[in-house]
Amino acid sequence: MSKKNSEYLINRKDNQYEVVIGLEVHAQVLSESKLFSTSSTKFGAEPNTQVSLVDAAFPGMLPVINEFCVKQAIKTGIGLNAKINKRSVFDRKNYFYADLPQGYQISQFKDPIVGEGKVILDMPNGQKEVGIERLHLEQDAGKSIHDLDPQNTFVDLNRSGVALMEIVSKPDLRSPDEVNTYVKKLRSIMRYLGTCDGNMQEGSLRADVNVSVRPKGSKEFGTRCEIKNVNSIKFMQMAIEYEANRQVDLIEEGKTIDQETRLFDTKKNETRSMRSKEDAHDYRYFPDPDLLPLEVSEKFIEDLKNEIPELPDDKKKRFIEEFKLSPYEANILVSDIDTAKYFEEVVTKMGKNKDIKLAVNWIIGELFAVLNSKDLEISQSPVSARNFAILINLIKNGTISGKIAKTVFELMIDGDKDPQKIVEEKGLKQQSDPKALEVLIDKIIDDNREKAIEYKQGKEKLFGFFVGQAMKASGGKANPQLINEILKKKL
Amino acid sequence: MSDITKQSLTELVENIKNKKLSSTDVTKAFIDRSEKSEELNAYITNDFTSAIDKAKKFDQKPNLDLKLPGIPMAVKDLFCTKNIKTTAGSKILNNFVPTYESTVTENIWNEGAILLGKLNCDEFAMGSSNETSFFGNVQNPIDKNLVPGGSSGGSASAVAGQLTPITIGTDTGGSIRQPASFTGIVGLKPTYGSCSRYGIVAFASSLDQAGPMAQNVKDCALLHEVISSYDPKDSTSIDFKRNHFSKELTNNIKGKKIGIPKEYRVDGMPKEIEDLWQKGIQYIKDCGAETIDISLPNTSYALPTYYIVAPAEASSNLARYDGVKYGFRAKGENLIDMYEKTRSEGFGAEVQRRIMIGTYVLSSGYYDAYYLKAQKVRKLIKNDFDDVYKKVDAILTPSTPSSAFKIGEKTNDPVSMYLNDIFTVPVNLAGLPAISIPAGHDSNGYPLGLQIIGKAFDEQNILNIAYAMEEKINFKNKITDWWIK
Repeated sequence: MSKKNSEYLINRKDNQYEVVIGLEVHAQVLSESKLFSTSSTKFGAEPNTQVSLVDAAFPGMLPVINEFCVKQAIKTGIGLNAKINKRSVFDRKNYFYADLPQGYQISQFKDPIVGEGKVILDMPNGQKEVGIERLHLEQDAGKSIHDLDPQNTFVDLNRSGVALMEIVSKPDLRSPDEVNTYVKKLRSIMRYLGTCDGNMQEGSLRADVNVSVRPKGSKEFGTRCEIKNVNSIKFMQMAIEYEANRQVDLIEEGKTIDQETRLFDTKKNETRSMRSKEDAHDYRYFPDPDLLPLEVSEKFIEDLKNEIPELPDDKKKRFIEEFKLSPYEANILVSDIDTAKYFEEVVTKMGKNKDIKLAVNWIIGELFAVLNSKDLEISQSPVSARNFAILINLIKNGTISGKIAKTVFELMIDGDKDPQKIVEEKGLKQQSDPKALEVLIDKIIDDNREKAIEYKQGKEKLFGFFVGQAMKASGGKANPQLINEILKKKL
Repeated sequence: MSDITKQSLTELVENIKNKKLSSTDVTKAFIDRSEKSEELNAYITNDFTSAIDKAKKFDQKPNLDLKLPGIPMAVKDLFCTKNIKTTAGSKILNNFVPTYESTVTENIWNEGAILLGKLNCDEFAMGSSNETSFFGNVQNPIDKNLVPGGSSGGSASAVAGQLTPITIGTDTGGSIRQPASFTGIVGLKPTYGSCSRYGIVAFASSLDQAGPMAQNVKDCALLHEVISSYDPKDSTSIDFKRNHFSKELTNNIKGKKIGIPKEYRVDGMPKEIEDLWQKGIQYIKDCGAETIDISLPNTSYALPTYYIVAPAEASSNLARYDGVKYGFRAKGENLIDMYEKTRSEGFGAEVQRRIMIGTYVLSSGYYDAYYLKAQKVRKLIKNDFDDVYKKVDAILTPSTPSSAFKIGEKTNDPVSMYLNDIFTVPVNLAGLPAISIPAGHDSNGYPLGLQIIGKAFDEQNILNIAYAMEEKINFKNKITDWWIK
């Protein structure tokens, strides 16, 4: 395997293969209640406590569309620069399973609510556009639990009927890295929109990954395999890597690839056949006669457009223009909505005489380090944006040095303390009085006469020694710039 | 007391309001007669004890402003009733007790009526003779070993036999009108979207519609007024202005234009049906209305279209009866085995036949040829009606191509059984309202019905026409109480 010119190719002897990937991302709609019932969608409840008669498919129960979920799907479509279909149809996807109470899933087959769109990825070698084929709304199934009892399978219907958006990409992705960036970008857009919390641990975001390979330069697609229900980006990348190599090996051995559905075994790091094309379910899709076609007006869509916040791409552009950030810095700050919020709040709180560059360095450096070590999201930051802004201002106006600021920051973490107060209480204010510093330096030169002579004779390295002594004597509080100036003058 | 059960709903309401009768008197009378009528097998489940309690409670503090004050009534066992077993005529729901009430029955109880029990019907409403019920055949009060029609056979038998003053049925392809015709009563299939489907065990969702069955048109109008309501819990329920059907009922239909569709003159139709139809045309004229010959060219495709659309929806609607959550469960080696055994033991032959037809027409490779084609034809059938309604106000046809047949006569010939619905099915496909009224007798003295089909949401009009004709026809049902020992 090589990454020449940042291209992801699989090499075998003289042959190079390109990997073609398409994703079907299942994103749980951020909504209090389910797609067709009023039961709660809250994560982590006791099994079967959030199940209505509709969710459990009791006789005579009927689905009623949750308008909020429709709005969420349309908003997401707008965020994906996609065509919103004014008329869409709910279909029944029929199959039997113990955790599918109706015996069918209500989904959208022929006429999805959102049509073609696109997403821009920032890759190290430039931008890449990934096409969106469609987005449709569908119900989630319940959960079968096989490992609680040796004889029985238990079923938890809390998830049954929860609204999902299935976002289908075009086969435009070419590497595990692109998949990583793509999923993160989708997640970022949906979090900005507030349409999906993107929480992969809780299963709010999962994907079916379609993988095929073809000789480099070939225009035709190879036979694809679909890897079902992968629930982390890392596993998606591992699964693609394994699957692409498996397919290349088959081709190299002169064998053919069977179109099939596969599972990724996270423990063994391999994909396994689940069912072949011949065994594929016949889902007998047909329009759900319990639901009328979903029709939305132009105004309904326009009103939603007005609710769309600034999205990552626009925010990034603005950050670069307005705050003179590098694309790299802007990318980091906009990728997560909460980071962007924090940053913008810091900017506001810093007031007029602000040093944005310094704030960015401190966010990306010190703040991220603390969050990482404590395993916290920025929304849970122990230091508020307000106090963070004060700290940056204290550095900017020379009240404390960068080095002291680190000490102050450490102290701020515990209970979001005001840095101004810390500086005062601990007497950490920088010594910037030239007279006081001159007295201090005179004493140091006096105490180290021999070294001062050596310096004057040309041993310039000793300058650092004097700086160090001066800082030490001031307890680190001396303004380093002033120390330098005075020392140069005195020596 | 026997006197009481002979009274119409309108008379009973009046007598209760005038305090000539108490709800307890009326309830006891119908229970008494129901108990003597076990041979009809009209009931699957009775709730007599609590019915009397409810009647007594009503009498202690009677609210006489209600539309059905203390009126006892039994309902088809397709309506979910809270804490009362609801079977849909199937073994698979033999032990199913809902914790909820259908909107239609809720509306009825809210107007003061009292549940007597649940009436027999074809399994999941799939049948035209009530012979597919897991709970056995229902006898037609007209004659021994005569089918009452179906699927609302128990309902029709119970009204004709005076075990309940009125009832509600459901009509997917004729299940109210055909049994009404077979038993000499009135049955209305409302416009699709007029009555909520919430809490009704589904057969074919795009066709199912609840409706009233009664001794006469006025009773039917009153009950329809009670059950028809907009219901946000049913996404296909339609929010339109509903009439006070019973108050606005009039026999003045002068100047109305009634269409007579030539396509309903089918091959092999008995002469007495044709004669009945001609008599109907004469009655229309006698009422001062006008008849116009019309054509509904796609009528002959209605039955095959229906037998694709209805089973397709049913195959999916009945998937939920899998033994996992409620209802009958057979023991199995594993999940698939349990499914197979539960569904082959729990469903009867006709239901299985329709599930198989439905599964077939929806399967990949056949969907376009069957289901999609059927949807297109359905649209054409609806267009036929839209076209003629530019010229006429309503349409008059026979309700059925024959009178009631003997139990067992058609059980081995599903196609001949399906042909029973030939005049009723187009109405369901087009989502229109239609009423069947008793209009005469065949040579055996068995009742025959005429069907009046209306424009969508125009129930008042067909009720008025039926009301006017009823007066002219002056039909007398020949009930001999043969089953009462």
